Amino acid sequence: MDWLSRNLPYLMAGISVGGQYALIAIGYTMVYGILRLINFAHGDIFMCAGLIMVYASTVLPIYVCIPLVIVATVLIGFLVERVAYKPLRSAPRMSVMISAIGVSYLLQNLALYITGGLAQQYPTIPWISDVITVFGVTTKRVTVITPPLVILLVIGLVFLIKKTKIGMAMRAASKDFETSQLMGIKINSVISFTFIIGSFLAAVGSFLFFSNYTGVTPTVGAMPGLKAFVAAVFGGIGSIPGAVIGAFLIGIVENIIKGLGWTTFSDAFTFALLIIVLIFKPTGLFGEAAADKV
Amino acid sequence: MSRKTETVINVVLIGALLLVLFILEQTLPSTHMIFTVLKKGAIYALVAVSMNLLNGFTGLFSLGQAGFMLVGAYTYGVLTIPVADRANVYMYFNGGLIQFALHPIIAIVLAGVMAGIFAYLIGLPVLRLKSDYLAIATLGFAEIIRAIFQWDKLGPITNGSNLLRSYPSYKSLLFYFIASGVCIALIVMLINSTYGRAFKAIRDDEVAAEAMGINLAHHKQIAFVVSSFFAGVSGALLAMYQTSVQAAMFKSAMTYEILLIVVIGGIGSITGSCISSFLFIILSEWVLRFLDSEMYIGDVRVPLLRSGFRKVVFAVIIMIIVLFFRKGIMGTNEFSVRRIFGRSADKKAKGGSANE
Amino acid sequence: MKKRILSAVAAGLLAVSVAAVPVLADTVTIGIYEPASGDNGAGGKQEMLGMQYANEVAPTVEIGGTEYEVKLDPVDNESSNDKGPSAASKLVGDGVSVVLGSYGSGVSIAASDIFKEGGIPAIGVTCTNPQVTQGNSHYFRICFLDPFQGSVLANFANETFGAKKAYVLAKLGDDYSQGLAFYFTQAFEGLGGEVVKADFPEGNSDFTSYITDAKNEGCDVFFTPTSTEAAANTIEQAAAQGLEIPLLAGDTWDSNVILNAAKGKNVQIYVTTFYQEGGDPDFDAGVKEFINSKPENLANNGGDDTVAAVTAMGYDAYFVALEALKNAGSTDPAAVNEALWTTTYDGVSGHIEFEPENGDAVRDSAFVKSANTETGAWDFVSVQTVAE
Repeated sequence: MDWLSRNLPYLMAGISVGGQYALIAIGYTMVYGILRLINFAHGDIFMCAGLIMVYASTVLPIYVCIPLVIVATVLIGFLVERVAYKPLRSAPRMSVMISAIGVSYLLQNLALYITGGLAQQYPTIPWISDVITVFGVTTKRVTVITPPLVILLVIGLVFLIKKTKIGMAMRAASKDFETSQLMGIKINSVISFTFIIGSFLAAVGSFLFFSNYTGVTPTVGAMPGLKAFVAAVFGGIGSIPGAVIGAFLIGIVENIIKGLGWTTFSDAFTFALLIIVLIFKPTGLFGEAAADKV
Repeated sequence: MSRKTETVINVVLIGALLLVLFILEQTLPSTHMIFTVLKKGAIYALVAVSMNLLNGFTGLFSLGQAGFMLVGAYTYGVLTIPVADRANVYMYFNGGLIQFALHPIIAIVLAGVMAGIFAYLIGLPVLRLKSDYLAIATLGFAEIIRAIFQWDKLGPITNGSNLLRSYPSYKSLLFYFIASGVCIALIVMLINSTYGRAFKAIRDDEVAAEAMGINLAHHKQIAFVVSSFFAGVSGALLAMYQTSVQAAMFKSAMTYEILLIVVIGGIGSITGSCISSFLFIILSEWVLRFLDSEMYIGDVRVPLLRSGFRKVVFAVIIMIIVLFFRKGIMGTNEFSVRRIFGRSADKKAKGGSANE
Repeated sequence: MKKRILSAVAAGLLAVSVAAVPVLADTVTIGIYEPASGDNGAGGKQEMLGMQYANEVAPTVEIGGTEYEVKLDPVDNESSNDKGPSAASKLVGDGVSVVLGSYGSGVSIAASDIFKEGGIPAIGVTCTNPQVTQGNSHYFRICFLDPFQGSVLANFANETFGAKKAYVLAKLGDDYSQGLAFYFTQAFEGLGGEVVKADFPEGNSDFTSYITDAKNEGCDVFFTPTSTEAAANTIEQAAAQGLEIPLLAGDTWDSNVILNAAKGKNVQIYVTTFYQEGGDPDFDAGVKEFINSKPENLANNGGDDTVAAVTAMGYDAYFVALEALKNAGSTDPAAVNEALWTTTYDGVSGHIEFEPENGDAVRDSAFVKSANTETGAWDFVSVQTVAE
């Protein structure tokens, strides 16, 4: 029991932060699955969701803010795709990726300008920010509700992809971009839809993440974004369950490393893990091996 | 135009550039902002060209440049701090382990060598990876390098995560231009050699290149190590320019910045990378700075201008270039004497239809 | 064609920037080298408020019989040791007579050589790391130093809480944080205590595992000399996890960011600092009025009118600079540099004079304050002096 109450906090922190990474990672993995694009701006869209919440909550009640943040974030995700990625559809992949880096740079600098470079305090969302005690460990309720919520959302998403028409179109597009176009799939709406889902999940992730870690800064999305991307690669990029499992693993490992006192290496270890996986199983844990077309 | 006249014109142009710089240095006060930005521009030109060698000429999408610059900067700093100053710099580590100081030039070369060694070791596993996987793995390694250099157990050598400073540095603008110019010339020579042609073949089609008998692993490793060598040298120059250096600054954001420079200049253009480095640094660090402070025209306050606006404008400019000037300033072309002076002659010779 | 447009735009921008620097007769320019963004943006802005207020109080200075208008020239060093030097170069290039700043030791150390080469004296306001002034003839400072602050905190922990074991959490690559952690550790171990040291990397916002560590190790105090940005997260998570031991920190935590984060939460916070609100009622009233006079001042002060110690320090630094200009009798940086060695001033934060070796302020006392989580204000605890 003593051992449990000593070590449970690490595990709980790991699972909850892992769940939040998972919500971001899904956005990466879906976009990559279809466009083969590392959407570097995704972490910053997550940051924007946090900032919008901060500013919205100063004038509106929380229950209005939450749907508003979701809508606004989805809109940003949609616009980013339309403005920065769509015109480059036929350009080399590197150009699109650089456009993504450019968007990330722009969003961060806009946030810097708007906030004046000061960290903004995230508002308290009632109920999920309450402090509770589980097995003698004191924590916020959000820590406990994150994992089931993530699993619910993933189940919903998998259902959407497997059973609906748009889901089928997404799967087709990720299998073969050109052919699916020839088969009459409106590729642009599929891509927009992918970005909408990704941004929606990032917005949900932002509620959970910032309720725990309340400072919102212009660069706050960078590290979680990078880690979520690592999680997506780790799980096999393009695979949603892979991304989720990868994210949980990374969250837990990172906190165990901190618990062991290797705090300098908490970020580095994530990358070390990634490199090891890439070397021994380049397509990630659950990725499909794709043969090069000559 | 004969090759000989071309060489002569090139030499004259380079000489004229150095002369202009020399005159600038003699006439303007040494603290003028122009020297700051030109020095940094020269350093960034070198690292941008080294990144272009990988991304533009060999088709290896690597995002590890900041990590190799870090290795170079630290090698330089650690090896050249005068023994007398070590007690001050390594104040938390009893003066540190290393109790000698090398000549700066030797240390710069060693900085490159050290970065090259790191690159060789990292390259062994990661160069087998393809495109985006390679990018993310090299990015990861850069982060790992940063963590290792910040580790306080290595503090007696690296000073932990604290600043390295008090090392010697050359103040003259000419030094940075010559050092960076020599390195870039070496890279150009490599690109024009048989190795360079093999690199381009790999970039254009790996499978075809392999079928032609090019040893992929070997050539990728060479490109990676050479690129990192020069990234290391530029790291040493950056350390010198900044007069103090710290692992925390070599973040992935720095690599992105360099990548943007390469893209703005044109992927696959050496002169493009050079021009865009100077433009990038001059715009972001100097010219656009006025956007950060309030300004009044008459009595009317210019709207929007306040701290941080410079970066927004700059980011918008970058996005415009990325979206609408996709090929960058130079595309894959090079600025050369032949193109300027020899255009009419070439046209006649080729019947006016050829344009690169 | 496109290229031509690009180059035309670039040329236009160049022309604008060159034209934007007007030169007035009889003005003296004081450079302000402070962070307005990044980790230390909040503190830098508060420090600059003090200077701006001082500039409003005393907009002119008489130098050598002529009345000069004092112009402030602020640059943003972005709390970053690599962006700082080029910001510093801009000040040098602008030809300022003296520089004030910075909040945060790392950026000051990084820019030190730039000021040295430019021959411009700098007055450190709240950069407490010894390396800022060490061996420099041009860098002065008006605050106390970390070896002093560290030992004050260690003694305070030992005497007030009977602490035997301390958890020390510092940020990687932050010279202030690492330095103060080092001096605290040194002093605390000197008192027979034991220290558990941990670091967190930049961009980290998850402190839960560190807090769990501190609990599991059975530490008596949690010492975390960090920027306010990390501090707000630490406090929030410490409260959420029910950390019962007191949080201790240095001067950076003396900020309303901390008060706001701690308000209504079950945490104990103690900080050492330079100034206690109420120390000089006239100054307090004046600066509050100044802060409330403009919305942007209020925003820069974090949304309320709590007087931060760094604001008082910024205010004093400005007047020290004016004194030095008067003593020098000229706006020439070299003369100001020379004059600074003998400049003395009685400021709101106490008497200021520089010791002759490094140009550090002679200070032997620090205030200890605790955050009142009910009222959201600082409570005075004690004045600590340590005979070293």
